[in-house]
Amino acid sequence: MSERIGVYVCHCGTNIAGKVDIDEVVEFAKGLDDVTLVREYKFMCSDPGQSLIQKDIEDGLINRVVVASCSPLMHEKTFRNVCTRGGLNEYLFTMANIREQCSWVHVDVERTTDKAKDLIEAAVRRTRLQEPLTKREVPINPRTLVIGGGIAGIQAALDLADAGKNVVLVEKEPSIGGHMAKFDKTFPTLDCSACILTPKMVSVGQHENIELMSWSEVEDVGGYVGNFNVTVRKKARYVDVDLCNGCGACWEKCPGTRVPRKGNVHEKLSLGPVTSIFIPFMQAVPAIPVIDAETCIRFKNGKCGICAEVCERNAIKYDMEDELVEFEVGNIILATGFQPFDPAQIGNYGYGIFDNVLTAVEFEIMNCASGNTGGNILMADGTEPKSIGIVHCVGSRDKNYNEYCSRVCCMYALKYAHLIKEKIDAEVYDFYIDMRCFGKGYEEFYDRLLGEDVRFVRGKVAEVTEVHLEEAERGKLVVKVEDTLVGSIRRIPLDMVVLCTGLEAHETLPAVANLCNVSIGKDGFVIEKHPKLGPVATATDGVFIAGACQSPKDIPDTVAQASAASSAVLSMITREKIEIESATAEVNEDKCSGCKICNTLCPYLAIKYDEEKGVSVVNEALCKGCGTCVAGCPSNAISAKHFQNNQILAEIEGILRSSSGQAGILA
Amino acid sequence: MATKQSYIYYPGCSAEATGKPYEISARAVCEHLDIELKELADWNCCGATAYLSVEDIASMAVAARNLAIAESTGLDLITPCSACYITLSKVDHYFEDYPDIRTKINNALSAAGLEYKGGVNVRHLLYVFSEDIGMERLSGMVRADLSLRVAPYYGCQVVRPFTERDSPDVPFAMDEIISALGGDVVDYPLKTKCCSGALIGIDEKTALGLAKPLIECAVRSGADCIVTCCPLCQLNLDAYQYKINKVYGTNYHIPVLFFTQLIGLAFGIDEGRLGLNMNIVPYRPAARAKGASG
Amino acid sequence: MNTHKLKQKAIDKDFLDEIAHLPGGERIIDCFQCGTCSGSCPTAHVMDHTPRRLFAMVKAGFREDVLNSNTYWYCTSCYICTVRCPRQIKITDVMYALKRIALKERYVRRKNAAGAFYSSFVDIVERDGRSFEPELMVRFMLKTDPTLLLKNAVLGLKLMKHGRLPIRRNRIKARNELRAIIRKAKSESL
Ligand SMILES: Cc1cc2nc3c(=O)[nH]c(=O)nc-3n(C[C@H](O)[C@H](O)[C@H](O)COP(=O)(O)OP(=O)(O)OC[C@H]3O[C@@H](n4cnc5c(N)ncnc54)[C@H](O)[C@@H]3O)c2cc1C
Ligand code: SF4
Ligand code: SF4
Ligand code: SF4
Ligand code: SF4
Ligand code: SF4
Ligand code: SF4
Repeated sequence: MSERIGVYVCHCGTNIAGKVDIDEVVEFAKGLDDVTLVREYKFMCSDPGQSLIQKDIEDGLINRVVVASCSPLMHEKTFRNVCTRGGLNEYLFTMANIREQCSWVHVDVERTTDKAKDLIEAAVRRTRLQEPLTKREVPINPRTLVIGGGIAGIQAALDLADAGKNVVLVEKEPSIGGHMAKFDKTFPTLDCSACILTPKMVSVGQHENIELMSWSEVEDVGGYVGNFNVTVRKKARYVDVDLCNGCGACWEKCPGTRVPRKGNVHEKLSLGPVTSIFIPFMQAVPAIPVIDAETCIRFKNGKCGICAEVCERNAIKYDMEDELVEFEVGNIILATGFQPFDPAQIGNYGYGIFDNVLTAVEFEIMNCASGNTGGNILMADGTEPKSIGIVHCVGSRDKNYNEYCSRVCCMYALKYAHLIKEKIDAEVYDFYIDMRCFGKGYEEFYDRLLGEDVRFVRGKVAEVTEVHLEEAERGKLVVKVEDTLVGSIRRIPLDMVVLCTGLEAHETLPAVANLCNVSIGKDGFVIEKHPKLGPVATATDGVFIAGACQSPKDIPDTVAQASAASSAVLSMITREKIEIESATAEVNEDKCSGCKICNTLCPYLAIKYDEEKGVSVVNEALCKGCGTCVAGCPSNAISAKHFQNNQILAEIEGILRSSSGQAGILA
Repeated sequence: MATKQSYIYYPGCSAEATGKPYEISARAVCEHLDIELKELADWNCCGATAYLSVEDIASMAVAARNLAIAESTGLDLITPCSACYITLSKVDHYFEDYPDIRTKINNALSAAGLEYKGGVNVRHLLYVFSEDIGMERLSGMVRADLSLRVAPYYGCQVVRPFTERDSPDVPFAMDEIISALGGDVVDYPLKTKCCSGALIGIDEKTALGLAKPLIECAVRSGADCIVTCCPLCQLNLDAYQYKINKVYGTNYHIPVLFFTQLIGLAFGIDEGRLGLNMNIVPYRPAARAKGASG
Repeated sequence: MNTHKLKQKAIDKDFLDEIAHLPGGERIIDCFQCGTCSGSCPTAHVMDHTPRRLFAMVKAGFREDVLNSNTYWYCTSCYICTVRCPRQIKITDVMYALKRIALKERYVRRKNAAGAFYSSFVDIVERDGRSFEPELMVRFMLKTDPTLLLKNAVLGLKLMKHGRLPIRRNRIKARNELRAIIRKAKSESL
């Protein structure tokens, strides 16, 4: 039976038609072997465009389809669906990319047109040899893994659990809560952070649909969308979770300490006990301590054991070991959040050199009523500062460190200015480059602060020094800055300096992202599927993102994204099944010599050796059709469906022996 | 011991004049360590800040003449002078970064039958001590008790902008050397602030205004002496100290040593061979290490 | 600091482009006016305009005012601005470029000490291939303010006494070659 190929050339408005002579291309396509029909249309992806193809198939005019338009990433799915609707196997369709690879990247109309012809000829030759494949469906496991228990992970887990779906929430710290658990008040409304967060944390801890694994890390992820196999390492807590009731007797008596001694008030800027056995803060969920083996005296030299002595529940288990648990989930939400920029890198800001230069997170903790200063703003010597400087953009908007804007620091800087003014009688300087107050109620908050006697100085701080040039500067921290609005250089003596350190992706993100097969951008954050239209999905099906692991963001945006991610997961789960790619690899059992080389090559562990038959076998559910094994097999025994050698060679021939006469594509 | 370390050595113009004690002590100390400094054949002035302020390609080509001559030796080009170091490095960077400049420089060099290919590693003498010789070897050579409190003054151009390992704000190479020699490094936060050496001849008032805090801060921190690695900085802080006293009514007399002089003292090399008598503010016996210079 | 009225009428829209085409000037367009450079600059307090403001003026095209200012003459080439600039602008290189333009176009104010110092230095180097500090200082002082000779006599004596002022000047052997290089280079100036 001879093939009847239909070629459809898209104008894409002027995107293609502006650079490619459509008429000429149409004439050319008409002359190609087996092409029975050529049409052009302004927008092939539009409803009428799609109907054109569908109707031609239904009318029996064609039995293979080539659409010359944009990239497959954009619309392959659209046109495959058209084929299916028309009753044609979708694998008999090929897309020729004459936009991204052609009209968008070349200038000369004549040569661009030639290249479009080459690409179409290649597609036509390939289509002729394509074979129908059957679609495969796999069930979706309704359980979801959430990695990271900050506000993003908490929100996503609760949304899913409330919808009746099972969730495993893995958090690497002893408690969930993330950064929000360290804050006193939150901008712009100044609600108490603990008051709004604690109830959510408690719900997570109690929810029948949530399995919380704290002090745990994801060790391995295998499988594919709908059916991921996960391995989690539950780190040894040395406390039996079932026995401990969180009484606190152990950490009250523990002589070990996790914090290096500075010998001043700032020494213990920590919310929870600083002992070796500890909970990170009082509202911790679970409220069960962990022994830090690095600093525990017993682990160092065996000369302690107090916690076991005082524990009335006999919950302390020094011989506990890490435990590996394996389970299956259908989808994964990444919510690993951020870590603050380390300002010690910026020598001229004196962090780590001067006692009273603090990071924002340290200042948050100092302001927390449950912190060790009882929420009082104190200098290292225990006295109250008379003047405080707040420095914006530390490590952000700076090509020497991070180029991006961290988005929340302008606002938390204003929050600090307000808190200081509210709590103590100190002069407040706020050094900023641009005041970024874009969220709901944010500009209004700035407006409020403008009325609160804060000295705003527009200029990036050049340095913080203790060297005094005048008597008034003696014993102070001096901030050197250009007041750019006035145009003068100023030296401002202050008692305390707070550095508004930026947000960086969590240091564990690269490893976790690698396990989940998602990419990290040059800024260190996860790359979303589409910056506008797919902000919670990733390029890997079944892996979603929420919160600050995607980019710096405030709590409102984090929560919104977390709910969006959980609803995307719910939509997957509700479908119950998902179609997966049919273009998989296939082992020709007659040719396979049983060398097992492919078994180790496959990045998705999809090939197993069949002892009985003495050959390797591809597990179609796991195979992604990447082709690694095809290229690696020394006996030429593996082929990839839809990417058969003859199909690819035909495509290459189409380009090289192009009727246009010029190998434009090589240019 | 391993094979003899040798370098191509570029003394810089000040070596014959105001920087003479640096030159003398650097050679003495290197000889003591069995390090060979092969003086670059018929080297010319690097052009410093001045030439680049007047001419672009000409200043670069003149500096590059030195690089072209050094290239054939295949050795690292070492200079003790921070200004020479930065000027030569800068030309090297321009040469790498701008193909246009590269061509023009070589066109100019060809007038003297020279060509520069871009392969010279320009380094400051300080980093030869801190990286190649290393603290272990230095401390192993110490013969004299150096109970001195020392303010390490780096100045600008050795740490900016071309430093690779050291921080441009809080460098540590010289601090480490001083400690290895048995000296006490005092807290000296102004260690990389500009001494205004480039302005001293041009606008003395402004320049002294910049140099004064450097002295003041060292004295305040209890230092017995300042140690530096740049002939211009040394001149500025040493020879002009009396002017600072005159203008500001102060009475500073803190010795300003080259780091090579300090090393020499610690090694027990004779003072005469270290050019110490050439320092303007005398390195007084009171502040002198017990037993130094036998 | 002198923040006198700028000459609106003399705006030169190509000035930014002119600077951007000089080595190191490429990124000046990226300046977001944060003031890190000025706050770090050791001599900003004596400059007519701070480095940041100077860059705003370059971007706006105030060519005359930029070149007439003393800002870049006060640059000591300490590079602290360059290493700290969050936009990685090669500020010090731009200052050098401005000096060259100013000298070439004789924007140099009468008695501009820096200009005189630099040209004295260059004269000697172009002649001998080496600098000669005593001659440099004398030439420079004669050019700008001869009373300086007297004011610096003590300093000169101190240096001489300590063996740090040579009497004989140093010259390289390949002076002719050097001059050939310079001649050729000048004909290829940027
Ligand atoms: C100083 C400061 C003040 C702020 N103030 C406010 C404010 O007032 N209002 C406001 O709206 N926003 C504020 N923010 C922003 C707010 O902190 C973030 O929006 C929010 O914390 C983001 O939540 P998250 O869950 O994405 O990340 P995080 O809070 O960072 O939580 C991530 C969690 O994931 C865990 N994790 C990381 N890696 C792994 C791993 N590999 N495996 C398992 N678990 C992992 C972490 O331990 C952590 O518990 C502030 C930020 C800072 C820095
Ligand atoms: S381990 Fe024992 S002492 Fe410690 S909190 Fe639990 S029950 Fe209390
Ligand atoms: S055994 Fe370790 S954790 Fe327990 S009380 Fe002693 S130091 Fe603390
Ligand atoms: S949010 Fe404000 S302080 Fe933070 S990086 Fe952006 S501009 Fe700077
Ligand atoms: S094509 Fe081969 S290597 Fe690639 S996923 Fe499938 S079986 Fe594994
Ligand atoms: S530091 Fe850089 S960005 Fe900031 S004002 Fe100066 S030149 Fe512009
Ligand atoms: S290099 Fe020049 S402009 Fe930059 S800080 Fe130093 S003196 Fe100022």
